[in-house]
Amino acid sequence: DFWGKSTKAWLCLILLFAVLLGFYSNVFNLIPRRQTEESQSALLSSLSEGDGHLDTCRIPEVPRLLYPKAQLLKPSRVDVLVMTPWFAPIIWDGTFDSAILDAQFRDTTIGLTVFAIKKYVVFLRLFLETAEKYFMVGHKVTYYVFTDRPADVPQIALRAGRQVVVLHVGSYRRWQDISMHRMEMISNFSRQRFLHEVDYLVCLDVDMKFSDHVGVEILAPLFGTLHPGFYAADRQSFTYERRPLSRAYIPRDEGDFYYAGGFFGGSVPEVYRLTTACHQAMTADQAQGIEAVWHDESHLNRYLLSHKPSKVLSPEYLWDERMLQRPPLLRKLRYVAVPKNHGEIRNR
Amino acid sequence: MPPPAMHCPRLALGLGFCLLLGIALCSLWVYVENWLLVSYIPYYLPCPEIFNMKLQYKEEPSQPVAQSQYPQPKLLEQKPTELLTLTPWLAPIVSEGTFNAELLHHIYQPLNLTIGLTAFAVGNRYTHFVQHFLESAERFFMQGYRVHYYIFTHDPQAIPRVPLGPGRHLSVIPVPGPSQWEEASMRRMEAISVHIATRAHREVDYLFCLDVDMAFRNPWGPETLGDLVAAIHPGYFTVPRHQFPYERRPVSTAFVADGEGDFYYGGAVFGGRVARVYEFTRGCHMGILADKANGIMAAWQEESHLNRRFLSHKPSKVLSPEYLWDDRKPQPPSLKLIRFSTLNKDTAWLRS
Repeated sequence: DFWGKSTKAWLCLILLFAVLLGFYSNVFNLIPRRQTEESQSALLSSLSEGDGHLDTCRIPEVPRLLYPKAQLLKPSRVDVLVMTPWFAPIIWDGTFDSAILDAQFRDTTIGLTVFAIKKYVVFLRLFLETAEKYFMVGHKVTYYVFTDRPADVPQIALRAGRQVVVLHVGSYRRWQDISMHRMEMISNFSRQRFLHEVDYLVCLDVDMKFSDHVGVEILAPLFGTLHPGFYAADRQSFTYERRPLSRAYIPRDEGDFYYAGGFFGGSVPEVYRLTTACHQAMTADQAQGIEAVWHDESHLNRYLLSHKPSKVLSPEYLWDERMLQRPPLLRKLRYVAVPKNHGEIRNR
Repeated sequence: MPPPAMHCPRLALGLGFCLLLGIALCSLWVYVENWLLVSYIPYYLPCPEIFNMKLQYKEEPSQPVAQSQYPQPKLLEQKPTELLTLTPWLAPIVSEGTFNAELLHHIYQPLNLTIGLTAFAVGNRYTHFVQHFLESAERFFMQGYRVHYYIFTHDPQAIPRVPLGPGRHLSVIPVPGPSQWEEASMRRMEAISVHIATRAHREVDYLFCLDVDMAFRNPWGPETLGDLVAAIHPGYFTVPRHQFPYERRPVSTAFVADGEGDFYYGGAVFGGRVARVYEFTRGCHMGILADKANGIMAAWQEESHLNRRFLSHKPSKVLSPEYLWDDRKPQPPSLKLIRFSTLNKDTAWLRS
């Protein structure tokens, strides 16, 4: 016969062995299993987030990420305050993890407002080019350039998901008026346009450039930036408006920080409220024949004293290298002043 | 006996055939197993009315703060801060010294908030804890705010009448009695989410879900209010993430892999805005149901699911172990003020 008796026995044994191998390999995970828990969690997340109205600035779920673990007994920075007494984070280098924050803000559109009135259009090229390199990279950004000279707005190569919108506005004779009317213009356009187009607004000065990462760590319902000249000063020496007649008045024993007028922002509804309140206060002052000592910056400080910001940006986010010695507590300089000749640039 | 040379081709043929058969059986087994796992889930989801419950979200603008005197925040801190005060996703970690209680009171008092507090006293042993829990809450929990206690119990008669301050109310919610200790704690997420959808969303702005076998020792105030709040478990805040008692079996929905994890949060304390707590408890409940369908129970029941959910839906505020302490452990110097801690008890007799 074809198969000998012993051969048959051996063949049966080998067959049995192969079957047992196949069966038990599953029990002992010798064969890699298809990842079923991901399909399960996808099903579950679609179930739990399917109903319910989504409010605009809700923090979405983050996918699985790998990043180093925070240590509870090891503070991230010991040389500076990283949280205000009302729980607003103060953003310094080392306090945040961009991987997690980028995942949390992945579907967010950020609007950036900048005013290039009269001769200030010359600053636009460097501003926009450095913004393309450092500002909210990887997210959708709309630059709103307010100018009275739309033809002078330079054409900049933009990354995907980013656009420039030029808004033609009128100018004023005095630079102080130009600065103060920024509040009015942002307020008007917030209601008409920004509310439907972007989630967050960042309102910046144009005579600056970006020199390091400025990302979604700054985004919050309302944020202000510490003025580089006053971060170490006492509240008595802050250059608040000190005349009680003005709507921007702050008494000497009050005040948390001195915020800079050149970098503030938040969610569109909150920026709308801030700019509307500041504009109304400035109009009331004008009727009284008084102008606050630092114009819109004084009114911004008044507003942020009673409407506490939900995040505060450290002086990393607004610095002037020519005026100030860089201290070791500033590990990065992200947004810095560009040298300008005040006499020539203003009032022309 | 035929010579060995003539056997080899036949033997080889036979071996090859067996190997092929073995591989075919293996792949068939794997395919069938995976197919079975995926198709199991839809048949085990009860309570379709949960899916239709919607909540209305209302956006609240930030309110102006009345003037108050408080010292200027010092930006250039040189004092040794022992605890981390901000998570890497910029959520505050609340501990004594990180906040100004008076300032926060000025911010939150004018908002006329009502804060809810749920506690489960299911099982004869747990109803004994309610008295002490409520008395300590009356002393320390959210003084000066409107508070609504929700005590879930199988035995409403066993809940003592504790005198409550003005603006504070107590409601007793009947729930079915437990068959087992684990079973009781697994139904909490479901009970809370259904309760919010049917009642609590109209009555409170913020909701905290606490374990009843604990007591307040020191003030617990508006510093704990946030969108979604978690508390760090007192037993694991010094250990690395691979030692966290996460659920480590991939087949569970509460699975957390080895290189993942921020903190190990305690299941005894969580809370936040009522809408966020609703989503959170619903999400946990769905995970628990899916596991039940697969016949698996997570290592630490609800706490495992809570930790899994907090990994992907990161809390907006984290409470330090001051807010969830175990009195059996010696208090370290980094925790200045213990506010909520266990009553010393042996869990073994509870399960009987």
